[in-house]
Parts: sequence; structure tokens; C-alpha cells
Amino acid sequence: MKDLRADILIIGGGLSGLTLAAVLGEAGAEVIVADREKPVTQLGETYDGRTTAISYASHQVMKAAGVWELIETDCEPILDIRVADGNAPLFLHFATDADANGAPFGWIIENNILRRRLFENLKRFDNVTHLAPVEIAEFFNETGHSGIVLKDGRTCAAPLLIGADGRASAARKWLGIGVAEWSYKQSAIVCNVAHEHDHENVAVEHFLPQGPFAILPMTRSAAGEYRSSVVWTVEESQAAKLLKLPAEKFDAGLQKLFGEHLGRVRHVSKPMGYPLRLLHANNYTGPRAVLMAEAAHVIHPIAGQGLNLSMRDIAVLAEIIVDRLKLGLDPGVPAALETYAAWRRTDTLLMAGFTDVLNRLFSNNLKSVAVIRGLGIGIVDKIPPLKGFFARQAMGLGGKSPRIIRNGRL
Amino acid sequence: MAPKKRKKFADSATIDAEDIRQFEELGEKWWDESGPMAPLHRLNPVRLEYLRRIIRERFSLPDRIKCLQSLKIADIGCGGGLVAEPLARMGATVTGVDAGQENIRVAKAHAKAHGLDIDYQVVTAEKLAASGKKFDVVTALEIVEHVADVDVFLQACCKLVAPGGMLIMSTLNRTPKSYLLGIVATEYVLRWLPRGTHDWKKFVKPSELARGLETHGLEVTDLRGLIYNPFTRDFQLSKSDLDVNYLLTASR
Repeated sequence: MKDLRADILIIGGGLSGLTLAAVLGEAGAEVIVADREKPVTQLGETYDGRTTAISYASHQVMKAAGVWELIETDCEPILDIRVADGNAPLFLHFATDADANGAPFGWIIENNILRRRLFENLKRFDNVTHLAPVEIAEFFNETGHSGIVLKDGRTCAAPLLIGADGRASAARKWLGIGVAEWSYKQSAIVCNVAHEHDHENVAVEHFLPQGPFAILPMTRSAAGEYRSSVVWTVEESQAAKLLKLPAEKFDAGLQKLFGEHLGRVRHVSKPMGYPLRLLHANNYTGPRAVLMAEAAHVIHPIAGQGLNLSMRDIAVLAEIIVDRLKLGLDPGVPAALETYAAWRRTDTLLMAGFTDVLNRLFSNNLKSVAVIRGLGIGIVDKIPPLKGFFARQAMGLGGKSPRIIRNGRL
Repeated sequence: MAPKKRKKFADSATIDAEDIRQFEELGEKWWDESGPMAPLHRLNPVRLEYLRRIIRERFSLPDRIKCLQSLKIADIGCGGGLVAEPLARMGATVTGVDAGQENIRVAKAHAKAHGLDIDYQVVTAEKLAASGKKFDVVTALEIVEHVADVDVFLQACCKLVAPGGMLIMSTLNRTPKSYLLGIVATEYVLRWLPRGTHDWKKFVKPSELARGLETHGLEVTDLRGLIYNPFTRDFQLSKSDLDVNYLLTASR
């Protein structure tokens, strides 16, 4: 049986695992990515109907991964964010020119396209081995390395194993790391819609009683139609009903929420429901192992920060790993792993807490809370530094920045 | 503490038996980052950064992981492999030699467990040189202050350097400051190192080292001080302060 060794072994070849592999591959590290699913399956139309809001910081990570130039034309910039409480007039307004460097707040891309480009990108590296599909029989840790035994008998080992295998992480289970989690009892209904008028690169977030409703500007379709992506948060029980509605009725419901400013709207991709949870791993490290991305944290999508949080994990982890490997130092020693955990913990908890509170504040009908949140938004809009803080958080520039985020490269 | 008895190995002019014994007692502790070798582990990133940069410059190598892939390197006085392993991880083909059998045993075991292929040998610099082997880079870090006959040692190191190659050494200067910081502070006050690790009289001045190397055909091309910042608890390079620790590069 062939045994594979590398500098870094990544469990999970999703958006985060693939991006990290590319960043490390660019620096010259030997990397193995092991994923249980076939790439073609993951590119199926109903595999992942979501879109991702790429923040400025995430765009820097994608530049370092060499994937930005491959996706740039599929990314629609967000130049304006409008936040409204219910159907009341707009309270909070962020415009790009309010920010110092004039960069967009972010870009919207379809996950499906991003995933396809990440697969393509990885083929450039002969120092990155992408094993998919493979089934893991067991994990192990020995002096000097951690690894996996595959069902086909092969073993893969490296001085550092990275669990990037999502919310149901097998790596986390192996490490015996518990989680704090709860269900929001909400689902996000996600679909793409075509509409009559140009969105003018405005992202809209309506805080409705049952949950936030977001309209995110997408690139035009191949046929030249204006498109937006919808993230419609509703109570779990309601989601099932909405997903069963006939197309016209579903569109009629959307039209009500959109209002008239984009003209007539209709969905152009199959609406999918995603149950919303919060999950936070009690620990990000184990013997020659770390957890990152959704294996370590799943947050409410209210601010579109899930993937951005993962991209910041990547920026930090890649910096620590590459700095050590360049000096020939073991990347898996406890001190290095602790640096990663300490660096990421605060940012992750802040963002998990921020989105959780935001959701609680806005997903209810209580009058007193409605007054407070009305005031809150009004206050934020009137105090420039506070608004700047929120805008910077949305762009992913809060906290101590790793080099990739500052410079777009390691 | 009992007075040291210094006895030379029968087959070598450069081996100081007492120094070897002290290092041999370290055994597995070589790799314990909070053990007796902690200062070396703290020092390591700075000297590795120096090695990587100066070697890359000399051979015009890219700023990548494993950038030393094309090079053959000999690490003289490799101990437990604290420098040999990183050099191997940077891609070099590494030969690590040490006169202490126990050191080489620990180094071999550690490299094996960490999946690194390093040619470790219990042999002296002179014997290795006598075999006629040549290397692109020869490193002798924190070692010349432990040898019995500096000139014989330098001659052997120089002989190992291939044409176009380089020798990189680091050691302690013989100054009043190095006596205070290198011995009194590290061995008696801070207790970073076991007492008797260093003998101040055996410290070598940069000028002595440079002269020695030049007589054996190498030219000094870089000289840096290595200073300790007690506030950040970090080591850093200095262009001017060579009073305590220093790094020296000579080329053929």
C-alpha cells in the first residue's frame, strides 16, 4: 500500500479547504487535501444553491490563493448597503465612498462557480494532491505526525492535520472536541431571482419580524437578465410550506418583499432551504491538529460573514504555517497551534455573538425591542466612528490583520 | 562543582571530551522546547532566518518553502539536530555530524519520527574532511567555542567547502560583556544553561576567526551580531553589536 506524506494534510475539500490548499501550494508547501465527495457531485446544480458575499479581506485571501483572477468576472461588486427595519423607511445607509480606500464592500458570487474555479485552480500545483472521493477509515496521531487511514488501505500523514471538514466534522469528533450549539429554529431560503431593473450594485437587508431578508446584487445572466440572490430567513415550519408553493405563488411572495424598485421579479434557480444553527467548537487544537472554518464555527448568515470568517482562519493559519516551513520549522508543534487558536478565538466569538444578537434583536415583533432597534440603527447612522466600525467589520478588516489580508499575499 | 578534567580524544585534536559528555547528558532533552535547550530553541528562528537568507543570496534561490532543494549541506556539531532538521525541511540534502554518540542517536530517532531523511554520523570534522567530501554549505553553529584546537577545526571546516560554496559559523565573542551576559547571566543568574556549559577563555573573537579562515582559503563575506532583547524576550540580528553572540559567513 502506498503511504502518502506531506507538510500539511487537509481534511475536507470544500470552499475553505481548497482555498487554504491553494495558498499553501503557492508558497511551495506539499499539501494533501482529502475529501469524501467527487468534485462533479459537488458541482451539481442542487448541491449548493447559495451565493457567497466575499468581503475585501476574503478577496485578499483569494488573491493569495491565485483564484481571484479566475473568478473576478463572476463577482458582482457591492457598492452600497441599505439596511431597513421592516418596511419602514431606510434607516442605515453605507456607501462605498464613505470608506477611505473606496474599495467595494464586497462581491457576490455563486458558490457553484467559486467551487468550480477552486477545483481548476488546484490543478496548477504539482505539490498539492487532491484526493476525492476517498473514505476515511480512521484518524491517528503518532510522534511527529497525525494522519488518516483510508478505506482503500492507504495512509496519509503530515506534521499537521487540518480539520476543514464542515459542521459535522469527523476530525473534530476524532479529537474529542465538544461544541456549543443551538438551533435558531429558522431556515434560510436561498434562490436567485431575475428582475426588470438594474440593482445598481446595492445590497438590501430588510429586518422583517420572522427574520432578515437580504437582496444581494449578482452579475447578469448569460441572457443578459438582471439578477440578485435572495436570502430569506423564516421560521423553520414556514420554510417547508414556502418551498412547496407553486412557482407563481412563491414569486408573488417574493414580489411583496422586494417592493417595486426592481420591477417584476421571478426566481431562476430552485429555492433551497438551509436550517440555521450556531456552532462553536470548545477548542480549535489537538495533537498535531487544528480545526478551521465550519468545523470550528458556524454562525448566523444575517451579516453574510460565514465564509469571511473562514477566510480569515485561512489567512492566519497560512501565515503561521508558511513562516515556520520557510525556516524549516515543524508546523505542528503546540506553540504554533496555540498561536493560531488565540489569534482566531476573539474574532470568531465576536462575530458569532454579533450575528446572534443582531438576529435576536431583529427577529421578533415585541414593541419595546422594535423601539430599541430603531433607536440603535438611528444612533449607529449618526455616529461616524461607530458606523465605520460596522462597515470595517463587514469588510472583514476588524482585529489584528494577517499579512495576506493587508497585502493580498504572504 | 568538581573541577573539569579536560582530556582529548586519542583520534582527534578538536574534541574536548568534557564538553561532549555535558551535551550527551542532554539526550531527549535536546528537543524539549522548555527544557535545558530552551535558549537554543528561542535563538533558532533568528539564526535559521539568517542561514536561509544568506544561502539564498549566494545561490540565487527563490523565496519559497524548500528553496534549498539543490544544495548539499554539512552541519558540524549538529547535536540533536536542531539546525540539521530545519535545513532538511528547507529541502537541502543534509549530513549532520557530531562527536557524541548519544547526540547522534537522539538526532536519528527524532528525524525518523518526523519523516526526515538526514545522513547523521558520529564523526569529527577532520575525519569527514579527510574523506574528501565537499559541500555547498558547511554550518558550524555554537560549536567552535567547544573545540580543543580551533585552528585544526577551522582547517577541517574550510576543506569541506566546495568551490563556490560557503561556511557559516556562529559563536560567542571574548569580551567583558560576553563574560557577563554569556556566562554569568545565562548560567548563574537566569540559569538558561547548565553551569559549565561555556568556558569564556575558549570564546573566539571575530578577528581571530576571520584570520583563521583566511589562512585556509576562505574570505569573510558577512558578519552579524546576535543580540537578546530582554523585554520582548527575542533574539535579533545587529549590524554593529558583535560583543556577545555573532554569526559569520565566509565563502570560497
